[in-house]
Amino acid sequence: MAGEVTVSMLSVSIRKEFRAAGTPCFLLDVKETFAPGFTVLFGPSGAGKSTLLDCIAGLLRPDDGVIQLNGEPFFDSARDLFLPPQHRRTAYVFQSLALFPHLSVEENVAYGLSALSSAERRELVERILPAFHIEPLRARKPGELSGGEKQRVALARSLVTQPRLLLLDEPLTGLDAALRLAILQDLRAWNAASRIPILYVTHNREEVDAVGERVVALINGRVQESGTPRAVLDAPRSIALAHAAGFENLLHVHVVEHRAADGVMRVALDSTNCELEIPLGTEPPGAAVQVAIRAGDILLATESPRALSARNILPGTLESLEPRGSLVVAQVRAGACFTVHLTPGAIRSLQLVPGLRVWLVLKTHSCHVVLP
Amino acid sequence: MNFDALLLSFRLAAVVSAVLLVLALPLAYWLAFTRWRGKFLLESVVALPLVLPPTVLGFYALIALGPRGPLGRLWQYLFGHTLAFTFAGLVIASLVYSLPFAVQPLIASFESLDRRLLDASSILGASRARTFFRIILPLSWPGLVTALVLSFAHTLGEFGVVLMVGGNIPGITRTISIDIYDRAQALDFAAANHTALLLLGISFIVLALVYGMNRRVWSPWLAK
Repeated sequence: MAGEVTVSMLSVSIRKEFRAAGTPCFLLDVKETFAPGFTVLFGPSGAGKSTLLDCIAGLLRPDDGVIQLNGEPFFDSARDLFLPPQHRRTAYVFQSLALFPHLSVEENVAYGLSALSSAERRELVERILPAFHIEPLRARKPGELSGGEKQRVALARSLVTQPRLLLLDEPLTGLDAALRLAILQDLRAWNAASRIPILYVTHNREEVDAVGERVVALINGRVQESGTPRAVLDAPRSIALAHAAGFENLLHVHVVEHRAADGVMRVALDSTNCELEIPLGTEPPGAAVQVAIRAGDILLATESPRALSARNILPGTLESLEPRGSLVVAQVRAGACFTVHLTPGAIRSLQLVPGLRVWLVLKTHSCHVVLP
Repeated sequence: MNFDALLLSFRLAAVVSAVLLVLALPLAYWLAFTRWRGKFLLESVVALPLVLPPTVLGFYALIALGPRGPLGRLWQYLFGHTLAFTFAGLVIASLVYSLPFAVQPLIASFESLDRRLLDASSILGASRARTFFRIILPLSWPGLVTALVLSFAHTLGEFGVVLMVGGNIPGITRTISIDIYDRAQALDFAAANHTALLLLGISFIVLALVYGMNRRVWSPWLAK
């Protein structure tokens, strides 16, 4: 990176300890570099995502470490340097949005521009209001806006300041899918025009896929994995991340044998004689591991399937069916208890009822070994 | 009814609540937002007038304001007369007496603000002063009005401190509550009753105003 200043990079290397009643209860320990464009911060609640954003924005002071943007230090414990949030030129959209309730939409949007002349201020506001489709709302108070309108105002208020860094803490939670995608479109258009690092916290897989160039998984205050959304969220390597990424099935198994020539290993479900074939790992025969499988990756058949490429076919009994939104959650006992996602149409055409004998079909590569 | 005493009481209450607001705003701001561990000590000092008998407060005020007290000596040096038994002396003693009534509603109001609003203001580049005047103060107006109204009403009705520090000089230190006491002592119950009723009515209206506002009956933008 030395000598390159054209790209604005955010580099963070910090530690911050939180104590309750004198004993340490949470440690944020992050070393990571963020390139321009979207980086999704992913992790279960309590993993330290908001704390990390607060440290980068200057609302919290880390115990030690360095935060710098494009070589300019925001924080450097060795030099006792702490740039207050007013001087960092970052934009931060909170989960709660924090619109000023007593100011109009226009006043909210212009709030961060007080250093400019009124002509410059007016010009910037007049440009951002239509860009975020909130021009007709300019005289309204936040209390008179819908959820989606509030989110647009909060984004416009932050982006109008021409920040060098954008922090978004679940800014689109609670919106319906269509509205979310429309706002994401606006954000992506803005990102294409001004290449700055954008840290985007979300739990929503759809949002990850819509913006995610890169995912950083934060678990218990540390970066557990980073990479493309597919690598991090579709093949998690830790139990905590598998939970956070929505893997419904976590099975306790032990390794039976390696079949290196086939690129697989056989594992047995604990306390049963059910066996599964999963991708070859480094765990030796006899080792106890856990396997994560998405409920949506499991097929269900009412007759014993034949002539399939899938290697794992487990006979079992359908125990329950529970409609949840546009899908039905089925529990199947096949050695262990499996959660399977089905469509209401599949339930009808297969005439599924609790107590029915069924077969579960699992592709080898839908099974992921995860470690504690 | 003794209109001199009534007028004097209103003048005292108005001056005291106005000065108190200026003093209480920075004090309450500091108490609400400081992370200093010893702040409970200062909080206790501010709350003392709530529990002390007014005569105790009045006694020490008299000593401090008198010709041998530090404040009294300074005053005498500056203006050539002592503070005890003057209107200015009454104002100073009443400031101490009513301080918690101004500070506590403000602290409560500041502490109930959504901290994320203050964070958002800082991140948008606003200095502490701008955050205070543009965000904290406008959003704390119920607390502000409560502080003003309570210190006004409390000063209007004070008795012990006024008697100790001010004595009973008509037109200068004879306030309305002292007037009621005098009338009752002189067995002029009709006059005492008129004045007492007036004070009762004012106090009720003032409290109804404060409670109504804190229920957000008249709040234009916080209502959901």
